[in-house]
Amino acid sequence: MGRVEGKVAFITGAARGQGRSHAIRLAQEGADIIAIDLCEGLPENNYPPATEEDLAETVRQVEALDRRIVARKADVRDFDQVKSAVDAGVAELGRLDIVSANAGIAGSFNRAEDIPDDEWVNMQEINLSGVWRTCKAAIPHIRAGGRGGSMILTSSDAGLFAFPNIAHYVAAKHGVVGLMRTLALELAPDMIRVNSVHPTVVDTPMVNNEATFKLFRPDIEHPTADDFKEAAQGINALPIPWVDAVDISNAVLWLASDEARYVTGVALPVDAGANVK
Amino acid sequence: MAGQLEGKVAFITGAARGQGRSHAIRLAQEGADIIAVDLCAQIDTVAYPMATPDDLAETVRSVEELDRRIHAVEADVRDRDALQAAFDAGVAELGRVDIVLANAGIAPLSMNPVPEEWQDVIDVNLTGVYHTVEVAKPSMIEGGRGGAIVLTSSTAGLAGIGGSTPGGLGYTAAKHGVVGLMRSYANQLAEHSIRVNTIHPTGVNTPMVVNDVMQEFLQSDPQLGQAMANALPVDMIEAVDLSNAILWLVSDAARYVTGVTLPVDAGFLNKR
Repeated sequence: MGRVEGKVAFITGAARGQGRSHAIRLAQEGADIIAIDLCEGLPENNYPPATEEDLAETVRQVEALDRRIVARKADVRDFDQVKSAVDAGVAELGRLDIVSANAGIAGSFNRAEDIPDDEWVNMQEINLSGVWRTCKAAIPHIRAGGRGGSMILTSSDAGLFAFPNIAHYVAAKHGVVGLMRTLALELAPDMIRVNSVHPTVVDTPMVNNEATFKLFRPDIEHPTADDFKEAAQGINALPIPWVDAVDISNAVLWLASDEARYVTGVALPVDAGANVK
Repeated sequence: MAGQLEGKVAFITGAARGQGRSHAIRLAQEGADIIAVDLCAQIDTVAYPMATPDDLAETVRSVEELDRRIHAVEADVRDRDALQAAFDAGVAELGRVDIVLANAGIAPLSMNPVPEEWQDVIDVNLTGVYHTVEVAKPSMIEGGRGGAIVLTSSTAGLAGIGGSTPGGLGYTAAKHGVVGLMRSYANQLAEHSIRVNTIHPTGVNTPMVVNDVMQEFLQSDPQLGQAMANALPVDMIEAVDLSNAILWLVSDAARYVTGVTLPVDAGFLNKR
């Protein structure tokens, strides 16, 4: 029997990267999936966007595990789109138990004083308000299920401490912690648990690109993947440059499962020790 | 299906009953062999009955029933030489240790506090944890396969609760001290791929908490009683809930989790 058998999970940013990995890992343990993703590019992101083909690949991989999945293109900046997606998913799959509020962007890299206004606003809209809209759309369904539930909000090590040149990202990811703590308190009487996960560098398309290489190696004009690897290793205590998406999925799975039935209000780093280094 | 800890050996202190026994059983269920130590004797300043040799024998029986091997020794975490001897004998019998659970602890809380409580709780709950890691560390490093260490702290390791008696203050100070140890060890041992984390339980349904003395102590101080109220609608959690957190932390599912203070506290700390 799977560790989340009979449960339904709503995952944002599910077309690829961590979101797809969460969908697959939870499906492997018996969950059905409601998946959304923007599947569109944004001007401030210096990396290729997820596509509708990516989302279709997530669908294919979940179905290959004999689990059901309801996927649609939706924007976490628009509450109506998020609500209509989760409503449709619950109508088809019957209930909702787990939320992985994972959708997020990296944005462009500038000192705080140089961040364009619209980029600051868009970052908060996606990485913070998008998480809130995801929870807001999901909570009534989880409560109606009457069996409690587990919401996992994806923050970052940048939600626990500072990194230069990404103030908008750091502020949004810190904000996710405040949202998590408040929701954990508000929803405890319903046995709905709320926690955040805080990855270090994860090997996904959002991170593994030349713009990030430059963020980590401002000293080099055209840094390579190897230059980045060296710098990334420098932020971790364990002798590794980055973690894999599945490492975050394993934390999400544990928090979603009954093995963590009394874990709530916790900010959980999965960060190779970067937080103590 | 292979267990999550097949072929691994875990060294567990305070293993005669309560959380320690639960950890031994849960890890054995997943395939680990166990080196178990417990004082199995009374400490004068502790008002509730401590574990006995019979309790430790029951842990042995429970692990063997799962077809796992266990090497159990009566030893005091305050006595580094005795602890080292227990560890070495366990390794000689079961092989290299991959997992260390520094779980042994006391709660010398009573209505008639005595000054000696302070030293006893520091000796067991802080120095004992330090000894536990120190006796295991060299062979884990030498083994070259990494490993996972979990130190049992408390909600009182992250918040100023526990009351104003010598034992209560010492308990809170020791459990905070465990966090400092964890962070230092996490940094120091990372290069050897040995991970170190703490867990922070709220009130757990074990003999250390569920006894007349502790209940009287908690009820004597309304602030303390309030301090024990969880956010989730559960009065107490079970030892297996801590065991499940530990199992995750020591398994490959958490292969890159280190330096983390993990509350298993029904939302207690977040409620404050």
